[in-house]
Amino acid sequence: MLLWNLARRTGIFVATLLASSIVVFGLMAVLPGDPARVALGLNATDSDVAHLREQFGLDQSLPERYLDWLRGLITLHPGTSYVTQTAIGPEIATRIPVTLILVGASMLVAIAVAIPLGTVMALRHRRASGLALSALSQVGVAVPTFLAGILLVTLFAVRLGWLPSSGWTSPQDDFEMFARQLVLPALALGLCQGAIIARYVRSSILDVLRQDYIRTARAKGRQPAQALIHHGLRNAAVPVVTALALQLVYLLLGAVVIERVFVIPGIGSLLTDSVGLRDLNVVQDVVMLLVAAVLVINLVVDILYVIIDPRLRAAS
Amino acid sequence: MKLPTTSRADSVEKAMPDTSGDSSEPEHQSRREVLNVRDLSVRTDSGLQLLDNVSFTLGEGERVGLIGESGSGKSLTALSIMALLPDGVQAGGSVQLRRPGRGDDVAKEMVGGRERELSQVRGKDVAMVFQEPMTALNPTMRVGKQVSESMLIHGTRPDRRSAYAAAVALLDAVGIPNPAEAARAYPHHFSGGQRQRIVLALALANDPALLVCDEPTTALDVTVQARVVNLILRGVQERNSALLFVTHDLALVASICERVIVMYGGRIVETGPVRDVFTRPQHRYTQGLVGASDVRKTDERGRLTTIPGTVPPAGRFPDGCVFRNRCSHATASCSQTPEWTPTGDGKGHACFHPVGEGHPTAERGA
Repeated sequence: MLLWNLARRTGIFVATLLASSIVVFGLMAVLPGDPARVALGLNATDSDVAHLREQFGLDQSLPERYLDWLRGLITLHPGTSYVTQTAIGPEIATRIPVTLILVGASMLVAIAVAIPLGTVMALRHRRASGLALSALSQVGVAVPTFLAGILLVTLFAVRLGWLPSSGWTSPQDDFEMFARQLVLPALALGLCQGAIIARYVRSSILDVLRQDYIRTARAKGRQPAQALIHHGLRNAAVPVVTALALQLVYLLLGAVVIERVFVIPGIGSLLTDSVGLRDLNVVQDVVMLLVAAVLVINLVVDILYVIIDPRLRAAS
Repeated sequence: MKLPTTSRADSVEKAMPDTSGDSSEPEHQSRREVLNVRDLSVRTDSGLQLLDNVSFTLGEGERVGLIGESGSGKSLTALSIMALLPDGVQAGGSVQLRRPGRGDDVAKEMVGGRERELSQVRGKDVAMVFQEPMTALNPTMRVGKQVSESMLIHGTRPDRRSAYAAAVALLDAVGIPNPAEAARAYPHHFSGGQRQRIVLALALANDPALLVCDEPTTALDVTVQARVVNLILRGVQERNSALLFVTHDLALVASICERVIVMYGGRIVETGPVRDVFTRPQHRYTQGLVGASDVRKTDERGRLTTIPGTVPPAGRFPDGCVFRNRCSHATASCSQTPEWTPTGDGKGHACFHPVGEGHPTAERGA
């Protein structure tokens, strides 16, 4: 039953991935302008352009080009940049860890903020302190990530001079510098997401506290906080895991912006740079990578549900 | 004793316990006291009075039914005893619990107590079976763990392993098939009746001096009601636990309880031994309840007897006698709150125009 369930979800995952690849490829293909002409500039002759088109494979039909690209993706050879004429695969491979570290650190910040904040907001929802925290979290929800980044830089880098305002160092080269440079972007991304997730945590815990089984636990002799910990948190986790996954997707997209603000050489800055240069091959690959990441997150969440909630193990 | 399998029995009298065997009615006053509720009141933060001047006691091993229509304050009384009232309502007065002959026999006050101390009483001296078995258990915890939990909280078993073994034995005692396997299952694997038996098992785990059951069979199919009621009865008798059984099923009260408390409008309107109250009700409300529970009795148009009118919303009962806007015998004097009239033998009522006075038999209806 469980295996069948997982197989079904994996099948849906692969189908969705294929469908999105068609959409991504189609969007890039219908964009006006010839990549070869863009790459060669205004003074190129028609024969130069034709030569380059052949080199890029642009003279082939759309289905052929799509299948070529797909074959490249599956064999991890996702083509060559129109602009730099270098292989895209290694470029992406060096940037993935950077973005993963940034997103991971931001997620940790977000969770570290959201779970205690949300729990306190729920337990004190009738008191002034809880309402004040709710109002504060609303501010966090409203502030866009890039603005939070700029504000943090203004305060901690420019005014106080405690932390570097931008840049990226590999942790192998200089771990302290790496850590110091990571703090502000991770806070910028994590605090905003944490505020959003905290509101999910709050409503989820409030809902759980009203459940009959919490009353049963208290009738057994559990004190309110114990009842919440022993009986509430696991039940509150299902909606929170959903929220975490949704927010992980936003973190990934937020990273695209924040990498630009903090000059971090990750996937996001590769995407924004390539868009600026009209390097459609790279854009296409990076967008596909982001789509795949989002789908993988959703697949993992589906599996997590089944682990958290025993009732879903029986339901197909 | 035989239990009725329908909620509306042919007649209350038919379901009466035969008091020849363990007739314990006269001696209930000499029993050691387990529960003493004195002048219990519950009001909302906005000032609505939900319970008013509720006072009664329960002796060791005594089985008492708490009856009345929905909205009469039965469940609030039960929750007040557990000190588990919902947010937004406050209790006043006094609820004292003790466990005679079970170690630390000191009275514990449940109204206004500190959470830390209350939680040491709940689940140990007093336990509760709730109305809704489908939601009373944690859906993400194995039932064996949920049953053993209350023993571990109160340290009544030395360790996790023995508490778990005791939980399996309890599941067996309430008739869960394959108890060892069942202990590893989750609540959604069980039917409503089985879940209610699991809730009963965890309520009985620490041999409470008092078991409070809040309409434990209302949400169940009639076919499984009798089974659950029998298990409750056996559970309290084996442990000599007192039972407060909240229900609106008079036949059920008649079959399992010795004494009955009739509530209406957040007050106790009548109390006494089951046989006396159900055969010779004094209060006009009790008379209505007993009349409405008799499905053989119909009016001239062939309809079942009912109490006219409906229960007012919480806290909106008339002043004076709370029943006077639905009572055919109400007079001007009923705008005063009727005094509690003890009539001996643990009986009493609060009514200006009791049934018995003047024309005792004529009032009982044909």
